[in-house]
Amino acid sequence: MADMVCDNCGSTDAVVHLTQIVNNQMSTHNLCERCAAEKGLESAPEPVNFPLTDFLAQMGPDTPEEADQSGTQCSFCGLTFQDFRETGRLGCPHCYETFSPHLQRLLRRIHGGTQHVGKVYLPPDPSASDMERRLDGLRRKLHRAVESEDFERAAELRDEIRSLEPA
Amino acid sequence: MNDFSGIPDHGLGWLEASGDHADIVLSTRVRLARNLQGHAFGPRARINDREAVLRRFKECTTRAESLKGGTLMELPGMPVRTRRILLERRLVTRDLLGDEEAGPARGTAVHLSGLQPVSVMVNEEDHLRVQSLVSGLRIEEAWRMVDRLDEELGRELPFAYHNTFGFLTSCPTNVGSGLRASVFMHLPGLVLTKEIGKVLQSLGQIGLTFRGLYGEGSEVVGNFFQVSNQTTLGKTEEDLVDHLDKMVRQVIQHELHARHVLLRDARGVTEDKIWRAYGLLRYARALSFEELMNLLSGVRLGLSLKLLPGLRVYTLNKMMIFTQPAHLEEAAGRDLPPAESDAHRAAYVRRILATEGDVSPDDVRSGEGEPSDGS
Repeated sequence: MADMVCDNCGSTDAVVHLTQIVNNQMSTHNLCERCAAEKGLESAPEPVNFPLTDFLAQMGPDTPEEADQSGTQCSFCGLTFQDFRETGRLGCPHCYETFSPHLQRLLRRIHGGTQHVGKVYLPPDPSASDMERRLDGLRRKLHRAVESEDFERAAELRDEIRSLEPA
Repeated sequence: MNDFSGIPDHGLGWLEASGDHADIVLSTRVRLARNLQGHAFGPRARINDREAVLRRFKECTTRAESLKGGTLMELPGMPVRTRRILLERRLVTRDLLGDEEAGPARGTAVHLSGLQPVSVMVNEEDHLRVQSLVSGLRIEEAWRMVDRLDEELGRELPFAYHNTFGFLTSCPTNVGSGLRASVFMHLPGLVLTKEIGKVLQSLGQIGLTFRGLYGEGSEVVGNFFQVSNQTTLGKTEEDLVDHLDKMVRQVIQHELHARHVLLRDARGVTEDKIWRAYGLLRYARALSFEELMNLLSGVRLGLSLKLLPGLRVYTLNKMMIFTQPAHLEEAAGRDLPPAESDAHRAAYVRRILATEGDVSPDDVRSGEGEPSDGS
C-alpha cells in the first residue's frame, strides 16, 4: 500500500485511519502516530504475539539456586537452560524435571499457578497409583458436574468411575 | 492419498453456518497439545523421533474409534498447492508446513476424521495436536469431541504427563491441560463505534487473548478476531471452556449493542457502507484478498442487520475460503500471478453472488427517509 499523507502535518506516514460518524455524516481522517497521539487517539491494539523469549529475558536475575542451574543440561535431550532462554521451548519431557525450580517460577508468572488440576492421564498400562489418581480426578469432576446440575455428564462420569473401580 | 475425497465435508464442515450466533461467530476450535514419552519435542526432535511418532500414531488410526474411516495425509511429497489448501482451510498451521524453501519436515502429517470434525496434526511443535473445528459458537461441544478422541489416543499412546505440571508440552505456555479454545468472531460494530480497543483490553485482564485470522502473529483483517484462553495450567478443562464461552457471549452482547447504536445514530451511513460493499463485490473486476475480506465484513454486517435479504451466512463463509490464492489456483488448474489471482477472485465472487446472493430489488429497503426505531 502506498504511504498515506497525514491530514494534520503532511508527513507521509499516516498510520491511524479514523472514521467518524457525526450527525449521520461519515468522515475519514488519516493521521500519523504523533498527530493521532496529540489528538488523544490510539490505533486498535495489535494482536498480541506472546513474546515468551522477551518475557524470559525480563524475568530478572535468577535466585542463587537458579543461577546454579544456568549451565545445567538435560541428560536426555542435551538442552541447556541458556537454549531454553533463547528459544522459549523445552526440548523433551525430561526438561521439566531438569529445570523444575526455574520452571516453577516461570509457570507461576505465566499461568498464575503451577499445579495441574485438569484431566488425570491414565497411561496404557496403568499402575495401581495411576488408577487411584485418575479416580480422584474423575470424582472431582463428578462432584462439579453434580454441583452445576449437569446430570447427563454426571451419569457418564459415574459410569466411568464404576468401570475403573476395583471390583 | 493426498486428496480430500475421503473426507465427507472436505474438511469444510465448519463453514456451514450452524451453531449459535453463526453470523457473528464463524467457528470454534478446541485443541489439545500432546507429546509422547521417550522422544524429544518437535523443535528438537531428530528424524527417528519424528518417524517413530508418526508410526505410533498410524497404529492408532485403526484402533481409535474417532479416527476410523479418516484420511491420513503426509505432508512431505504432497503437492505444494494441496498443502496450501490445507492451510487455507485451517486444517494445518503454518508451523506444520515448515519454511517455504525446505518444505515440511519428515514425519509431518495431518489426520482428518471421516465422521466428526476432528483432526490430528502429527509432528508439529508438539507431537500431536488434537483438534476440533466446528461452525458457530459451540465450545462445549468441540471440547467434548477432542476429549473423547484424546481419551482414545491416551489408551494407546504413552503421553508425557507429570503429576504436578500435567500434560508436558514444548512451550511452557501450553503445559497443564494443553488446551487452547478459540472462537473466530466478526466484530464490525465494535470496530466502527471505536469500542473494540476497550473490549480487547479487558479480555487481556481476564485471561483471554486475541489474534488475527491465521492464529499467532497474524493480522486482523476484515474485523475478524480470534479470541482464546491465554493460560492452560491451574484450571480444569471444563473451567477454561466455560470461562471462554461466558466471556464470548458477553462480547457478542457488546457487539449487538454497538450494532444497535449504529442503526439508531447512523442508519443512513451504515446502509450506504453496506450497499457499497455489496455493489463492489457484485461488479468489481479485480479484488485483492484483503479488500475482499473488508467488503465481506460490510456485507456480513448487512446480512446480520437484515439489510441484505436473500443472502446466506454460508455463502459469505464459502467466499472467504474459496477466494484464497491456493483455492483459486486449484480451480484454475494452474499457478496464478497476483494480478490474475485478483481477477479470478472477483470473477468467483460475481458468479457466487449471481447464483446465491442476488438481492432482488423488491426485497431491498430503500433506506431513504427517517431512521427506523430499530425494531
